[in-house]
Formats: sequence, structure tokens, C-alpha cells
Amino acid sequence: MTDLTTLTLTQARDGLRKKDFSATELTEAFLRAIEAGNGSLNAFVLPTPDHALAQAKASDARLAASDPRPLEGIPLGHKDLFCTNGVRTTACSRILGNFVPTYESSVGANLWNAGAVMLGKLNNDEFAMGSSNETSAFGPVVSPWRRKGKDGKLTEAKLVPGGSSGGSSAAVAAGLCLGATATDTGGSIRQPAALTGTVGIKPTYGRCSRWGIVAFASSLDQAGPIAKTVEDAALMLGAMAGYDPKDSTCVDAPVPDYAAQMRQGVKGLRVGVPKEYRVEGMSKEIEALWQQGIAWLKAAGATIHEISLPHTKYALPAYYIVAPAEASSNLARYDGVRYGLRVPGKDIIDMYCETRAAGFGKEVRRRVLIGTYVLSAGYYDAYYLKAQKVRTLIKRDFDEAWNTVDVVLTPTTPSPAFAFGEKTGDPLAMYLEDIFTVTVNMAGLPGMSVPAGLSSEGTPLGLQFIGKPFDEGTLFRAGKVIEDAAGRFNAPDKWWLAGSKGR
Amino acid sequence: MQVDEATVQRIAGLARIKVTPEEAKALQTELSGILNWVEQLDEVDTSAVEPMTRVVPIALPKRKDEVTDGEIPDQVTKNAPQTEDHFFVVPKVIE
Repeated sequence: MTDLTTLTLTQARDGLRKKDFSATELTEAFLRAIEAGNGSLNAFVLPTPDHALAQAKASDARLAASDPRPLEGIPLGHKDLFCTNGVRTTACSRILGNFVPTYESSVGANLWNAGAVMLGKLNNDEFAMGSSNETSAFGPVVSPWRRKGKDGKLTEAKLVPGGSSGGSSAAVAAGLCLGATATDTGGSIRQPAALTGTVGIKPTYGRCSRWGIVAFASSLDQAGPIAKTVEDAALMLGAMAGYDPKDSTCVDAPVPDYAAQMRQGVKGLRVGVPKEYRVEGMSKEIEALWQQGIAWLKAAGATIHEISLPHTKYALPAYYIVAPAEASSNLARYDGVRYGLRVPGKDIIDMYCETRAAGFGKEVRRRVLIGTYVLSAGYYDAYYLKAQKVRTLIKRDFDEAWNTVDVVLTPTTPSPAFAFGEKTGDPLAMYLEDIFTVTVNMAGLPGMSVPAGLSSEGTPLGLQFIGKPFDEGTLFRAGKVIEDAAGRFNAPDKWWLAGSKGR
Repeated sequence: MQVDEATVQRIAGLARIKVTPEEAKALQTELSGILNWVEQLDEVDTSAVEPMTRVVPIALPKRKDEVTDGEIPDQVTKNAPQTEDHFFVVPKVIE
């Protein structure tokens, strides 16, 4: 039998329905892949094999009765930012310790109600704060990709899988799951997807419920999938999205059939190319990739239009006011009283201070302090209010662009994957990873990263599409054109299986 | 904006995070760096701009003012570090 872990989600769905293999066989194949590869990759922080096999058994019953739900029997990884009923959820922070939720996130519930199987909880940057997965309390995730040296051979240097959804991107790229949930506050779905040759979409703010997702910055956070192909991402998002009265910012709008929309092609589609994204220091190969994407879209019948988004350069600094401000407020709940870690102190205030010093990692502390500073008396207007005004201007730039174009094409990241430790010493250098993705969160728009080529080092590069509010369908259409032209990219050597029994 | 050590300690106090003097020194540099960098926003004229309050223009939905859950004290206190009879236990607050 073929290696089931190399199938796409769509192929696996079809195989299950044709009874080529059972959901249990499929799930077991992924559990073996996790057992063999996770020691090297550290993508899963908590595999849940018993849970997965129980769900797979239920799926096999539905499949036998020819009554499959949309994702029946599909094994997925689940970012540890999503609360899971009865399964430890930590946001990869020490402060949540052994927190075991008594409820399921709405997005998670949607997936399990659609028949999906949870293989386990995936690593991420602590509280989703990071762009390399190096801030996780469980240690960094290793990308399955490796750089080629000058001699053309793969080097040993460990590369980051991007962040914050680094466990999700690495697990999908390494074939440890068919797809994975992720969240995106400033680029945390799209940047890891770009760095690992996977597809990631952050839908419009309000498309997916935030209920039961550990909050980072509430006005920016959105859930979305990371998957192997554009169609896989379309199927997953279709199951994840939908109205939820438990999240008052979740929009009551029908969820279209994204896979059907994807097949509509781009003939006559007006694609905008914003001149402000041609930033200083952008590598030549990223520029070339962008031009290649333009050529592919033209060949498929789209028209290309230069546009201007004049406030682009202010999105990142405004983000680094808004996001830490909201984080400092959201993370106030971790006080050592109701859940998680408690470190005793000489009085209750001291207990709070000791608990939070011991429980939060360096980057989280840094952002909580920045957020506290910009919200503190006398500074609120100068920082937070100013940033929210700039945010209005960023959104207005896009509103004007939609008068002349239907979708915007940009690179996803300014450079390919970097090695461990390369950017950890300088928070600002790490923040620049989000330079092309963060505008999308600030304006609440949908954004998708699609693999489009390889760097000179042999590592993946992604192109980003930005769409109108609730127009994810156009992103799938445009993304599919890039995917069809560029092909798919797999890590050249399954080095992470070496040394394991591999059974 | 140059942040001094006293400011770092004041902010850390507001954020309820204990910071050692060595950590405060490092944070002084990091916070100053970030705050100096975000000050480029001053270049933008926002005098006639409303601050963003929500990205999607929908009205906040309302629901009936009625109890929809409850009677689950076991679940509510299940993850607490210290509880007694469904109460959260904390160090003495009143002298």
C-alpha cells in the first residue's frame, strides 16, 4: 500500500470514501509518523493517540454506513492555542501549566463535528508571540527543510519553521498530519506556511469564532488552516468557519463552498501590485518570485495593476502598539488564582508578581510591559489612540484599492527561513518578519500564502494574496493558479526519520 | 522615548511582573528601542482621523438577558491551584 502520510487531505478524503483504506488505518499511519519523526521536529507537544483512534473508529462507522461528514476520518494536528475539552492546553506557556479545559473551542468543535480526527496538540510560540517558534516553553520546532550548502548538499543547520504556528507548519510539511489548525495575529499562519512550502489562509476577521482560543490580541486574532494544497485549505476552512453566538465579533454570514469557488479560475480578475511592498533590502530572489507570480496570473487571464497603499510602512509600528496593548490586557487573567501556575509570595500582590515572572517567558514579558506602558496614564493618547488612528488609514488604503482591483499580490515574507538563534537577540529584527503580513490583520482582511518557489538555498518561498472582506473565495481562485503553475514543494530528504525505527 | 530603570520598575509593578535589577537593565534598552521605533508614527497626520474601533462594520449583537449556563462549580474550580468547597483560596487580603 502507498504511504498514506504522503496523500493530500483531498486524496485521503476520496480514498476513505472509496474504502481504499479505513480511517483507523489512516490515523495509525500518522501516529506512526509522529512517533518516528516528532523526536527530531518537536512539532507536537502532546500527541493524543487514544483520542485519535476513538474518533477514527467513530468515523469508520459513519463511512461504513455511507454517511460521511465533510472531513470524516481526516487526521489533523491542533495548535495548542485552542482549548480542548479534557486535553491539556497550554498556549506553550509555563503559566498555564497543566491546564485541562472543561470545554472545546468553537473552531475545534466545528472540525470534530465535521468528522475530523485530532492527532494531538501542536507546538507554537508562547501565547502565539513570535515568528520562529523559538519562544515556546516546550522548546523550538525544527523545520523539516534544510538549506543547501555551496556544494549542493543539505546542511545540518536547524531552520525555524516560522511562527507562531510553527508546529502546524512543520507537522504538515513533514507529513505528520494531513492539515493543521493555526491562528494568525500578525502573520502567524502565513509566514510559517511560506517558510515550509505549505498553504496557509487567515480568513477575514469574524469568519471563524475566537471562542475557546487562548486570546493574544482580540481585535487581530483569527483562526485558519495550514494545509498541503489550496484545495485542502479550502476544505478545512469551510469546516472551521461559521457563525457562533459565543463570539460577538463573529459574523453571521453563509460560508460558501470554497473548493467550488477555487475552480473558477482568474480570467478577468484584477490583481493589484502595491508599490510600497517593494521594500528596501528585499532580496532579489523575492523580487523575482513576485514577478514570476505576476507572469503566471497574466498567463491565466488576470490583469495586473500597480496600486498604492501609502500607509504600508506604518502598519508594523502601529501593530507593535495595538497587539502588546491588547495582550497586556488579555494576559492579566493569569494571576495564579483560577488556573495554571502559582508561585507563593509574601502577600497576594507579591504572589501575582512572582507567578507572572516565573510563568511568562522573555518575549511575553517584553510585550506585556510594552502594552502596559502604552496604555498607562498619560501615554494612552500618544501611543494606543495614535496607532488606532493609523489603523483607520491602513484600512482606508485598502478600501480605495478595492475600487480598481479585486485582489492584491505581494510576497509573504522578505526572506526565506532562517536558522535557530539568528534573530532571537534582536526583537526588532524578528518583528520585521511580519512586515508584509501585518497590514492584513490591521485591516481585518483575508490573506493567504501559497508556495511559489525555492530560494537559492533550496528553501521555500511564498506569495501572499490579500482579499476584500469575506472574499476568501477569490484568494482560493488566485492561489490555485499559483499552485498549478509552481507545483508543490516537498522537503528533499526525510532526515527526521533517520535513527528512528520507522516501523 | 528613553525609558529609565525606575520607569521599567513602575511599569513592571503595574503589569504585576517581578523584574530583577539585571532584567530591568536589559528591558530598559529593549523597551527604549521598541518605543523609539514606533515613534515614526508621529510622521502621520491623524488630526482628522477617527481611531478604529472595529474592522468589520457590524453592530454588536444582543442576546436575551437570561442565564444560559451555570451550576458547574466543579468545572469552574477544577484547574485552580488551591480551592476549598468550590472557593478559590488566596493569601489573606485584609489584615
